[in-house]
Amino acid sequence: MGLPDILFYVFAFLTLLCGVLVIANPFSRNPVTSAMFLVLTIISMAGLFVLLHAFFLAAVQIIVYAGAVIVLFLFVIMLLDLKEEQRRKIKSFSVATGLLSVGAIVAIFLKSLGSTVLNSSSLPTLEGDTASLGKLLFTQYVLPFEVISILLLVAMVGMILLSKKDLK
Amino acid sequence: MQVGLEHYLVVSFLLFALGLLGVITRRNLLVIYMSLELMLNAANLALVAFSRFNNNLNGQILVFFIITVAAAEVAVGLALIVALYRKRQTAHVEDLTLMKL
Repeated sequence: MGLPDILFYVFAFLTLLCGVLVIANPFSRNPVTSAMFLVLTIISMAGLFVLLHAFFLAAVQIIVYAGAVIVLFLFVIMLLDLKEEQRRKIKSFSVATGLLSVGAIVAIFLKSLGSTVLNSSSLPTLEGDTASLGKLLFTQYVLPFEVISILLLVAMVGMILLSKKDLK
Repeated sequence: MQVGLEHYLVVSFLLFALGLLGVITRRNLLVIYMSLELMLNAANLALVAFSRFNNNLNGQILVFFIITVAAAEVAVGLALIVALYRKRQTAHVEDLTLMKL
């Protein structure tokens, strides 16, 4: 077992552990704690991306998710006064139904994975560096790239409109 | 044992399951939103793993677009939550049972 394999297990464990702590932290029900563990989840997932040789996406993951998205989350959490969350109990009924449905869907996933032959026998040689990704992005995928910039503009306009004091 | 596509897919499945569990069990809108992000990230991980082990860069392009759309979605969704909170003074799904503001 080489170093990348050991690192895979470390990062996968960290990702899943922090993921658990996002949704069910035994010590704190504060959304800020959840957001902080979401940052850790995303950073360990960027480590997994690096192990998959997707270097550009790992950088984008950290910059966009751990940077922009989490800052947005934290701003909104600070804006809203969410003290009430700590007083409320999680209903055991919803936990039971949640575990049941999630267990069922994981069973389906694992069963389908077990019954599928993945043809990944060839040694992976793909490198997701910025140059190759950018080349593809500006030739074959130039139209979706432009469309997504319009989407970002629309999201920005919509957010400003929704954040106005009087919703008209 | 060599770490292969299956290992990454299992991590992705479990992360997706965690996100789904969070959406079902938690009652706070913001935490539900974070769980949604977890599910999106799980899909991203699966796509990157498939892309790497099939020697096809298109999967990573799709992940790039997903990250962009997720950022836009978070911006609009959080603005909606803030607007909702202004009207109703709550961010709990149990208090938000009416369709009208």
